[in-house]
Amino acid sequence: MQYLMLIYHSEAGFEKTSESDRAAIYQEYGQLREELSAKGKFVGGNQLLPTTVATMVRVREGKRVVTDGPFAETKEQLGGYFLVNADDLDEAIAIAARIPSARNGTIEVRPIAVRGKAVQA
Amino acid sequence: MDFEKLHREESGRILATLIRLLGDFDLAEEMLQEAYAVALQKWPVEGTPANPRAWLISTARHKAIDRLRRGRRFKRKGEEIAKTAEVAVGPESDREEEMLSDDRLRLIFTCCHPSLPMEARVALTLRTVCGITTEEISRAFLVPVATMAQRLVRAKGKIREAGIPYRVPSQEELRDRLDGVLLVVYLIFNEGYLASTGDALVRRELCAEAIRLGRVVCALLPNQAEAQALLGLMLLHDSRRDARVSPGGDLVLLDEQDRSLWHQGQIEEGTKLVETALRHGEAGVYALQAAIAALHANAKAAKDTDWPQIAALYDALLRTHASPVIEVNRAVAVAMARSLEQGLVLLDELEQREELEEFHLLPAARANLLRRLGRMPEAAEAYQRALTLATNDIERRFLRRRLAEIEYLGEAPD
Repeated sequence: MQYLMLIYHSEAGFEKTSESDRAAIYQEYGQLREELSAKGKFVGGNQLLPTTVATMVRVREGKRVVTDGPFAETKEQLGGYFLVNADDLDEAIAIAARIPSARNGTIEVRPIAVRGKAVQA
Repeated sequence: MDFEKLHREESGRILATLIRLLGDFDLAEEMLQEAYAVALQKWPVEGTPANPRAWLISTARHKAIDRLRRGRRFKRKGEEIAKTAEVAVGPESDREEEMLSDDRLRLIFTCCHPSLPMEARVALTLRTVCGITTEEISRAFLVPVATMAQRLVRAKGKIREAGIPYRVPSQEELRDRLDGVLLVVYLIFNEGYLASTGDALVRRELCAEAIRLGRVVCALLPNQAEAQALLGLMLLHDSRRDARVSPGGDLVLLDEQDRSLWHQGQIEEGTKLVETALRHGEAGVYALQAAIAALHANAKAAKDTDWPQIAALYDALLRTHASPVIEVNRAVAVAMARSLEQGLVLLDELEQREELEEFHLLPAARANLLRRLGRMPEAAEAYQRALTLATNDIERRFLRRRLAEIEYLGEAPD
């Protein structure tokens, strides 16, 4: 199965992180990526630029509405994602727990929908 | 052949194996029902098979294969299951026993998976592991049948779609996951033991099921101190079931219970389990609570209770697992171990805390100490306060009775 891991963290907190700490975190991310790739588990993944450079697009009654945002009241923002192959949810959870941001943020693990799927083996 | 008994005792185990073989909760449940229906027709005529369990598994599986072959979309799946059809069901043997046990343990861990909502874990465990009907579960939890059915459907859907595995967790995950299983078992027990409303018989059944589940977990995962401690705790609480409510349905407090009604066999078994758990593991939350329960259970009379030891155990609990109930119980233990006044001081401090404002046991405990100290007007006031907060009918009746006693004493001439 494929699982998307949505990586939520505090942008404000990340901004305050020192250069050297950031470098260590990126290195850890890189290692995890390599390790997953070697096992054929890594499908894709990226860090996202912060919500300050995000754009919200809606179409209402045929009219395009473009705004800045998001202005979520939440403390954590979507900061990146991993798309992985895992045998089951427990394996996915084990991978999610190794994502560095899990230690101060939250990883949301979502199974990818498969259309026309019959009985699950 | 006692069909009811077979159904009750074996359904969970048979279902566990069918779920592994068929890879689908709903299909397994449905096919098991069909197999039972066939058995009800055949067995009285042809005689009960030598191994009813194996017969039911095999019949249900063949029904599943037929079903899957009929639907084209499921054809391949049907072939897969057919391939395994010949392998598993031989005569009753140790190997089969072992296999069924493994299946049961897998099922418990699946039903108690942390990614399911807690209420779904409880319901699913009762439904699939214990074989309790959806109607009975909804009665126990005072939820409409349709709501409970929906809860079960959603949970099974999530197991399928999110890929929750049907597997005993790896050694490094086991500890955390076992804690989750024990919590579900304890919640089932508490629902039966503490809930005030709902069908008394069903609630009694919940306690029995929780103890049965506790036994299964202890048997399948030996040497897990907290599992043993939880089983001990449940046995010790449950040993008082006939003494804690009067024939009229009134709550009887521990110090006023008729101790000859306590079930000694359960007390002995529970105490042994606690001792083993305390010897082998660091004292966890269940071990500490069970140790307290064991001290109460083994006191010949209320006055023989080892309160200093109980107060010390509550201190330990408070350090690791602070909760309002433990705070209040610790204060009561201090009152009994040292002096009523000291206990009262602790309770007065707790009253200042905002998060305990709505907690009815706090004024109830204060009222009891004030009453013992002879400070009747204050006691009456505290009972009144407890009454406005308590929602449990049995507890409310108890509080009203106490209040009436005080008011009567208050009016009586010296």
